[in-house]
Amino acid sequence: MDEGRAQRRGVSPRLWLAGGWLLLALLAAIFAPLVAPQDPLAQDLMLERLPPFWIDGAEPGYWLGTDSLGRDLLSRLIFGGRIAFIVAFAAAITACLVGSTLGLIAGYFGGWTDRIISRVVDVWMAFPPVLFAILLVAVLGTGLSSVILAIAIIDWTRFCRVIRAETMGQSRMDYVENARIAGYGRIGIMLREVLPNVVPSIVALLSLEMGIAVIVEAILSFVNLSISTDDPTWGGIIAEGRLSIHQAWWVLVFPLITLILTVLSFSQFGEALKTRFDPVLR
Amino acid sequence: MLLQRFLIRLLTMLITLFGVAVVVFVVIRVAPGDPIAMMLPPGATDADIARLRALYGLDKTIVQQFFIWLSGVVRGDFGTSISLRQDVLGLVFNRLPATLELAIVALVMAVTIGGTTAVIGARERGTAVEAGIDIASGAALSIPDFLWGLVLILLFGVLVPIFDISGRVSPQLDLPFVTQFYLFESLLRLRLDLTWDLLKHMLMPAVALALPLAAIISQLLKQSLKEVLDLDYVVLARVKGFSETQVILREALKNAALPTLTLVGVQFTFLIGGTVIVERLFSYEGLGNMAIDAVINRDLPLIQGIVLVFALLFVLINLTVDMMYALLNPRLRRG
Repeated sequence: MDEGRAQRRGVSPRLWLAGGWLLLALLAAIFAPLVAPQDPLAQDLMLERLPPFWIDGAEPGYWLGTDSLGRDLLSRLIFGGRIAFIVAFAAAITACLVGSTLGLIAGYFGGWTDRIISRVVDVWMAFPPVLFAILLVAVLGTGLSSVILAIAIIDWTRFCRVIRAETMGQSRMDYVENARIAGYGRIGIMLREVLPNVVPSIVALLSLEMGIAVIVEAILSFVNLSISTDDPTWGGIIAEGRLSIHQAWWVLVFPLITLILTVLSFSQFGEALKTRFDPVLR
Repeated sequence: MLLQRFLIRLLTMLITLFGVAVVVFVVIRVAPGDPIAMMLPPGATDADIARLRALYGLDKTIVQQFFIWLSGVVRGDFGTSISLRQDVLGLVFNRLPATLELAIVALVMAVTIGGTTAVIGARERGTAVEAGIDIASGAALSIPDFLWGLVLILLFGVLVPIFDISGRVSPQLDLPFVTQFYLFESLLRLRLDLTWDLLKHMLMPAVALALPLAAIISQLLKQSLKEVLDLDYVVLARVKGFSETQVILREALKNAALPTLTLVGVQFTFLIGGTVIVERLFSYEGLGNMAIDAVINRDLPLIQGIVLVFALLFVLINLTVDMMYALLNPRLRRG
């Protein structure tokens, strides 16, 4: 009990910090054309490899410096956030819908249904995820919808495994038995009684999965397989930064910090939400 | 009992591998790009194209192609790489040792770092030391290997350039090796100069792969150690006058390690999956790096071979861990 209360006290600052960063990054991405100080695609060889603002040689208006083509790094990060958040939301929600539904069905009905779904999950788990993602995007063709689809195709198993196990646990509890005695149908019990109790886990996984989707998108654009090369992406900027690392470290450092903050925030946010939604801990 | 368990697991393993083969095969055949198109010289005639398609078996139906390929795989014939024009199995075996060495070094690191911090955290439970370990492992776990790799490149490749961040071994060195297991062979030959050079190249990618796993081991093992430390037999050992560290190492560890072992198995497959991008990041000449090239070149036979070898590795690790668990768990051993 004490531990639960201590955990809850720890929730607030974590939730605020993580949520604050995500909100800031999301708003910047949505209003990118208004917020970005420069055109993210404008090249100017006179302005190539400008350092960030606190170093001698920086130009006003180019706060985080420029890359080897003279493009403004901050503006590229802000516009790159658009792709990152679209992929994060779309891929995670798709994976969540498919995986949670199958997990709920497998866990609640058991028997052959469960055996078939679990066998498919086993097959999926035998693929190296990054290689699978690269392969799928190569097959589906580069582009935003391919990236989203590829991530959803790979990561639905995360939801399926956890929700299946949780549903199995819930189905054995007294309240489910009571509902059955009270004459509710199986699907009714599954949706009205079991589902609300696995929602905290789904929410936490969803937030975690958004962070993972951001990383996978970055990896795909790092190997140059994500969307068209014109639009700035965080992974694309990292790939440029990796190449010019000895001439312009900032092109790698700032997208890296952005990615780390975003991934940490998504996982912390998920944890905090789980504690908050959990009927037992609450 | 044990044998029965083993046979059942072996059967599921084969079904899983068959499933993987089907999925890869189907996924690749839906690919819109024609792999043959890239191999053709300008001005090739339709007859040339047909001949080449027949050579790679691409003129048959997809089901026929699958079973031709599968019967080859069972005999150890994975086909010929389209982009490199070499035997797929030979190419894979040439690169696999580099990846295995990297994964094993990373695993050893993860177990060492995770185990040590777990023991220290359990000994110092309730203090600032434990809180510090919790924060560090939380961060190590939330940040994926790809990002750790980039952080390490910045720190030890650029800021303090003490390690190599590219390749497997310095190219100017004369290598006397007959196998592709450079690291193990250099140790056996007592060529410690080469061992050092290999390790200098391997250290950064291995740490990037090891950190998330080390964090998981640390958290889980510390938790189980803390549970065991309140049990009667541990309290008895303490009363007998053993120091807390001795109590943990001699009494608590062997009983607390079992749940961690199961998890390490699954997580080790994730670590191997991570080698794909980490090898790319550090230009390390392993299987994963070759896999990405194969996908970019649309080299169907090579992709199939590599994915299948990865899948085989994954199921073998799971099988090994399952058997080790059954052997070590007294409840299963006697049952």
